[in-house]
Amino acid sequence: MIKAIQILRHQGKQFIKDVTKVTLNEPFRGRPVISKIKVDEEALAKICPTNAITVNPVSIDLGKCSFCGECAFQFPAKIKFTSDYKLAANDRKKLIVQEGDDKAIELNSELIRKEIVSFFRGSLKLRQVSAGGDNSAELELNAAGNVNFDMGRFGINFVASPRHADGIVITGPITENMAEPLQICYDAIPSPKIVILCGVDAISGGVFQNSAALNRKFLETHKVDLYVPGNPPHPLTFINGVLELIGKLSRVKR
Amino acid sequence: MRNYITIKNNETIPFNTIPILKYEEFLETNVSFLKDAHNHCVSYFAFPFQNKLRLICCIANDFKARIKLTSAEIETNAAKVYPSLTACNLNFNMFEREISENFGVKYSDHPWLKPVRYSCSRFDQSASISNYPFYKIDSEELHEVGVGPIHAGVIEPGHFRFICKGEQIQHLEIQLGYQHRGVENLFLLKNNLLQRTLLAESIAGDTTVGHTTAFANLWESLCGYEPPDDLQFVRTLALELERIAIHTGDLSAICADIAYQLGASVFGRLRTPIINFFQNWSGNRLANGLIRAFQNNYSFTTELRDELLKILSAYEPDFEEMSDKLMHNPGSLSRLEKTGVVTFEQAHSIGAVGMTAKASGLNRDIRASHPSLYYRRMDHQPVIKHHGDVYSRTQIRREEIRQSIKYIKSLLKNIPDVESNKRLLLNPKQNSFLISLVEGWRGEICHCAITGENGELIHYKIKDPSFHNWLALALAVRKNEISDFPICNKSFNLSYCGFDL
Repeated sequence: MIKAIQILRHQGKQFIKDVTKVTLNEPFRGRPVISKIKVDEEALAKICPTNAITVNPVSIDLGKCSFCGECAFQFPAKIKFTSDYKLAANDRKKLIVQEGDDKAIELNSELIRKEIVSFFRGSLKLRQVSAGGDNSAELELNAAGNVNFDMGRFGINFVASPRHADGIVITGPITENMAEPLQICYDAIPSPKIVILCGVDAISGGVFQNSAALNRKFLETHKVDLYVPGNPPHPLTFINGVLELIGKLSRVKR
Repeated sequence: MRNYITIKNNETIPFNTIPILKYEEFLETNVSFLKDAHNHCVSYFAFPFQNKLRLICCIANDFKARIKLTSAEIETNAAKVYPSLTACNLNFNMFEREISENFGVKYSDHPWLKPVRYSCSRFDQSASISNYPFYKIDSEELHEVGVGPIHAGVIEPGHFRFICKGEQIQHLEIQLGYQHRGVENLFLLKNNLLQRTLLAESIAGDTTVGHTTAFANLWESLCGYEPPDDLQFVRTLALELERIAIHTGDLSAICADIAYQLGASVFGRLRTPIINFFQNWSGNRLANGLIRAFQNNYSFTTELRDELLKILSAYEPDFEEMSDKLMHNPGSLSRLEKTGVVTFEQAHSIGAVGMTAKASGLNRDIRASHPSLYYRRMDHQPVIKHHGDVYSRTQIRREEIRQSIKYIKSLLKNIPDVESNKRLLLNPKQNSFLISLVEGWRGEICHCAITGENGELIHYKIKDPSFHNWLALALAVRKNEISDFPICNKSFNLSYCGFDL
């Protein structure tokens, strides 16, 4: 018992005091900034392994970007990845970073359904479904609940049963073999419920785009409430996105 | 004349130098190889070649650091039924099931010829993952428990079907395939190096360094490029860091599964500085972006060295204190000891690898047996335990973490100069074959490539250690209480996505 108390004491305080104000160091790759310098745009677009770059003018779709950083290595004057980890959006178009843009990505409050804030502001229980995920987004979602990030302090937790959940968090590009279990799980969640796509694979298929083993029909029939980009998303990206969605961010700031 | 060819890890050879045997001789040769206790099967696969099906079997000799290759040709779409290698040795079990699922090869005496992962290119497209033929026993005293594909935690999907007598598990059948994304097919379809590297990074997101190193080593050898010291240094260092990070996380999860909250929290937070170091080095907590063939985008500076040494010296006392407490806590020991036993005979017969093998007294560690990178200069002595229970697998993690810290400290004494910051565009050799083995934290990772007449990939085969080891979990839980299943499962921590591909 004494030993256990000693161990406890040796840990000190591990939690991050304010998860909305952490600064991450370079070389962390967060929101990219594209300058207006003229470059060989065709060559630039060709580099991207997941077709996230479109040209004339140059833009990067964070829903497709795998954050490999190759474009920034080869065209350092054109593209720079900043350490801004607040990448989540509820409008798919907001994930597309345009040439010359250098502003924070924010949620469009008009698109947030009223019941999300009124039902889930105090407590949000989520059911995660890995549908072809490679276990990296899953590791980071687990980390979001550990003693460092401690998402539980905001009343946000992952639960085992979809019956206890208020929403679904999908990781992975949605495989054919997981399409049915995903639908069954979603149907088992009582309404109102939210859908969060976590990671580049879930948002666009990522490097698995156009693979014959995928079945992304679920996304054709269900509205997505939050897109969380990243490969995998940083726990802070996920937590900040969800806090903004459920209207808790103002309280956090105070 | 010998009817096989011997190669080393990462050695590129002309594809046509692999002898083609008659199927019967192929079977006898490979079965007899495995009678030598130093040999085990690292990969056995089929692929369509010149209108026939080419079988290639790779048997590693762990004593001589050599891999024996043989091949055979069989007809595709023929009604012919073949005798199975599995009937003679269980090492071939999963490999033959995979060949049969993908190409419709029929075996006369395979004891357990069931689908592996319902891949998108499977031979029988009418087979569906929802009608897997589970083993059944008809008895009024037994009941079945089905778990999954979606599990209670934030983890990957897979289905576990238990047959229990009261609380005791009699049999467990594990059905996977839910994570199948078609990785091997995509390796052939995506023809740029960066895309393939990203694919390698996402084979198993918890083994990013392991799989990407296997791919980078393979690709460089295929292009006739010998990686200079700085590339080898980065890969060796990253492999050992990944081992520390994941092993620490596993210890946290083991504690969580025996409801030991103190251990779960402390080990959980001890993992954080290690993966945050990856972020400070390569921009990503799981080291995505760090390992690249021919180049290194993130050189290892002396500042990074000082930071890592500081992190490790803060890690060590807290880790030692916590693991010492865990290993002397009667409440934890009663849950860990004699739970989920895999005997040496079982591990050997199914061809277990990595931690699972080492916990049962079977010495299988690529760092010692088929070393690449800096491991060639180290005298690596694998940590071996003999009880094969959850406790042994916990001990292995604890001791491998200490060993990795020792290796890292010695690596940091001599950081090689940066040579590889240029982008090279080399082309793979034509008509070649090679095999790349790397010891990830989970065990032996095997990537295998075959190129065609223009140096294009015509086959890419990936094997995660989980491919061998899932069966070990099914054997381990027999005669255990079903309430001990989570702790057994966690002690193996096998990969779903690495298996499903």
